[in-house]
Amino acid sequence: MVAQNIFFGIIAFVMVVAALRVVTTKNIVHAALYLVIVLAGVAAQFILTGAEFVGVTQILVYIGAVVVLFLFGIMLTRARIGREVEVDNEKRWLAGLVALVLFAVMSFALVDAFEDSRIESVSGGTPQLTSEVSDAIFKDYLIPFEAASFLLLAALIGAIVVARRE
Amino acid sequence: MGDPLYAGGIGLTVVLVTLLKVLVTFVLLLVATMFMVWFERKIVADMQHRIGPNRAGPWGLLQTLADGTKLFFKEDLLPDRADRIVFRLAPVLAVVPAFLAFAIVPIGGNFAEGGTVSMFGRETFLQLADPPVGVLFFLAMSGIGVYGVMLAGWSSGSKYPLLGGVRATAQIVSYEAALGLSLASVILVNGTLSTHQIVAEQAGAGFGGIIPNWNLVVTGVVPAIIFLIAGTAELNRPPFDLVEAEQELVGGFNTEYSSIRFALFFLAEFMNTVTMSALVVTLFLGGPSGPVWGPEPVRTWFFPIFWFLLKLVVFLFVFVWFRGTLPRLRYDQLMDLGWKALIPLALGWFLLLGAVRVARNEGWNLVVTFGAITVVVVVAVTLLNLSLRAAQRQRLADAEVNA
Amino acid sequence: MSDFLRSYLTVGIFLGVAVVLVSALLGLSSLLRPSKPTPQKSIVYESGVDPVGTGWAQSQIRYYIFALLFVVFDVEAVFIFPWATRLEAYGLFGLIEMGIFIFILFLSLVYAWRKGVLRWV
Repeated sequence: MVAQNIFFGIIAFVMVVAALRVVTTKNIVHAALYLVIVLAGVAAQFILTGAEFVGVTQILVYIGAVVVLFLFGIMLTRARIGREVEVDNEKRWLAGLVALVLFAVMSFALVDAFEDSRIESVSGGTPQLTSEVSDAIFKDYLIPFEAASFLLLAALIGAIVVARRE
Repeated sequence: MGDPLYAGGIGLTVVLVTLLKVLVTFVLLLVATMFMVWFERKIVADMQHRIGPNRAGPWGLLQTLADGTKLFFKEDLLPDRADRIVFRLAPVLAVVPAFLAFAIVPIGGNFAEGGTVSMFGRETFLQLADPPVGVLFFLAMSGIGVYGVMLAGWSSGSKYPLLGGVRATAQIVSYEAALGLSLASVILVNGTLSTHQIVAEQAGAGFGGIIPNWNLVVTGVVPAIIFLIAGTAELNRPPFDLVEAEQELVGGFNTEYSSIRFALFFLAEFMNTVTMSALVVTLFLGGPSGPVWGPEPVRTWFFPIFWFLLKLVVFLFVFVWFRGTLPRLRYDQLMDLGWKALIPLALGWFLLLGAVRVARNEGWNLVVTFGAITVVVVVAVTLLNLSLRAAQRQRLADAEVNA
Repeated sequence: MSDFLRSYLTVGIFLGVAVVLVSALLGLSSLLRPSKPTPQKSIVYESGVDPVGTGWAQSQIRYYIFALLFVVFDVEAVFIFPWATRLEAYGLFGLIEMGIFIFILFLSLVYAWRKGVLRWV
């Protein structure tokens, strides 16, 4: 248990630093790479709490496909190496304030909802089985699953329409 | 489920065995990669009536090491417009996932009797790790390997490597989809994502006790073929190596790389080849399974590893064979193959297998089922053809109007 | 720590060893190789003039479509994998569920195909 808490702390710290760098760096591709670090941290946290299928899926889809898509978009339209001053926003203090308020609201919501409860320790039991995830998707959440397919279809059609217009 | 080494407390033995396995896997992968480079050069030379490397070491075996050492001592050039950090990061991002992907491959173990070997008194699997989602882990590592290519192209600071990198990435990514979908059929028939379980399911007799229970046979031959083709394309190996062919070096994603960084890309590609062959063997040919004889240590140690290495070398040869005989595909032919042929085929075959499984479980008449499936397939293909032809006619009409 | 976490820890150790090896190779090489940078060596290799202007970006949008299609099919594969492990329990109804899902996503491929974005790369 102690080991897991230590790992959690380390990964969380790395994630926070990387997330800060995503918004403060002046190079877009670097921002995307810091985002990869954050997402990898998320995957590691999932695995640490036993949600193994979700963790590996996070790496496979988010890091392996979505950020690749972002980078394609960046490289094909900007592709400039080095700092770009236009990326930075002047209203930094306002943004910081909004972020602080958001942090306060989310912390309050989390603490209020969960209070003292602990994540079921994985040390004694088994990790979440893929079959459990599968049962949840195809029995309880069937409609959202089919809706997801329509969403993806719509997204693809939209992107193709926009791309072809250029 | 899971490696029996880790059940129970952690003692010194467990740590030692784990470290030993890490070291052995590491060394095995590196040696296999170096062997593969030499193997390819010798066999391709033989196919072209040449001798191939024969100076460095007996039969030129140390040629790879010699080449690596030479590259090691070359000056490292950094283009002035390059992004230094990412330029240095890209080769690392190419090599490290190549290492990690091999972790889930079972190298040995007699699967007819449980698949474990005993080391220092503890039972363990002869694979580095057996996460319950092993197959997904391999796909995830392939996904990360894409970054090496893409970032190498971008960080070189010139539009030609960038374009080369983007094209190479588009190719890898297209065939990764086909790769994953062909694996769906394997998972369907074995009902598990863990490589250890998949190999265990393939051990033992199949039809009439003669044809082994390998997934190659059980899934029909089609998913294995799709996996092999998609794997070759994803590795950027001939005949799909347009983006890094020697005749077309200008604009390749690693044009600006020299010295050890170039060597790392090269190493990553061959390491991925070894891993891909190992996976074909594991997922479709039963991994280390094969007839075993003899007393205990020989049965559980020697024969399974021997069968695994034999099958691995067969597939390494298949990859070299492709290189020596097939002409290179054009980029558009390559993308057409991936999207218009392999993906629909993989999906269709997967649904077919699913339907046959369900039919068998529910006890329906198999002839009627096959008849129904044939009708559905014919209707689907006809509809697809009609719609595509209609779209083509529309395009031609538009072109005439605009011309 | 449960045994499944321990197997990931083993992968983590392997990762560490790989990173250490690669860094050692790079570090050792930087110690041993010559370093005489001259301006000529740092010029990027070009066999001609870099294409300039906005015309270049438009023709490259077609590569973006492939990445997008990959996202769609990657998500599809991620749903297919757990379903495939449990087909026995889902029976015919499950097959139809997945069939509808695959059919709709296949429609997206057919749309891209018909619109001609998969041609002439």
